[in-house]
Amino acid sequence: MQLEYFHMIDRIVDLKVDEKTIVVEAQVPKESTVFEGHFPGYPLMPGVLLIESMAQASGFLLLGVLKFERMPILAAVKEAKVRGSVFPGDLMTLEASVAHEGSGYAMTEAKIRVDGKLRANSTLTFTLIPFPNSDMRGYMNAVAARVGFPQQAVSP
Amino acid sequence: MSSTFDQVATIIAETCDIPRDTITPDSHAIDDLGIDSLDFLDIAFAIDKQFGIKLPLEKWTQEVNDGKATTEQYFVLKNLCARIDELVAAKGASA
Repeated sequence: MQLEYFHMIDRIVDLKVDEKTIVVEAQVPKESTVFEGHFPGYPLMPGVLLIESMAQASGFLLLGVLKFERMPILAAVKEAKVRGSVFPGDLMTLEASVAHEGSGYAMTEAKIRVDGKLRANSTLTFTLIPFPNSDMRGYMNAVAARVGFPQQAVSP
Repeated sequence: MSSTFDQVATIIAETCDIPRDTITPDSHAIDDLGIDSLDFLDIAFAIDKQFGIKLPLEKWTQEVNDGKATTEQYFVLKNLCARIDELVAAKGASA
């Protein structure tokens, strides 16, 4: 996890394209400039970054379901609940599933657990756009490689 | 069983907090009711679920952008409901 670069996901643990589910891991760093301000003497992961983590887990799932033909862009956050704090050094396990696949949009449900305990959950809406340019497509290919995206899962 | 329009109007009223009695079959979802594209995703989601269909929003948007259709054809509620009925019928025919 590199908070400053919005690299929220470290590793894809399990991607089931047919079942439209994903499990990923994210190791919260012990130190980050983010924690210097949030908060001095009591560092914890900002809630918005927990939501971003759930969005990125959902994003990898949708990339898989859509076989990298569309780019999911976060459009709405619903029912987001931060049920417990996430601290520096915690290992987050994120699960996401596709709740609905519409025409040009999709909705997912995502959860964050630490040591098996639910820390946050949300329902997210994404618009599904064509990759706007080759730079973005190339970047997402590199990101997918970094997190161990199982290309065989989306091969014909 | 309530009509397609009644169901759609209720969805719109509940999703967008629009008074139900202001929604008529001749209302234009965008021009008259002020529904934006993001809110319309919520409406599409609710319609998809309620009727067991998939509103082809991308196709409609493309047709409007290409000048092959007008927004009235898809977003005036009586026309939207007619499209929904067609999709439901097509789904029933293929089942």
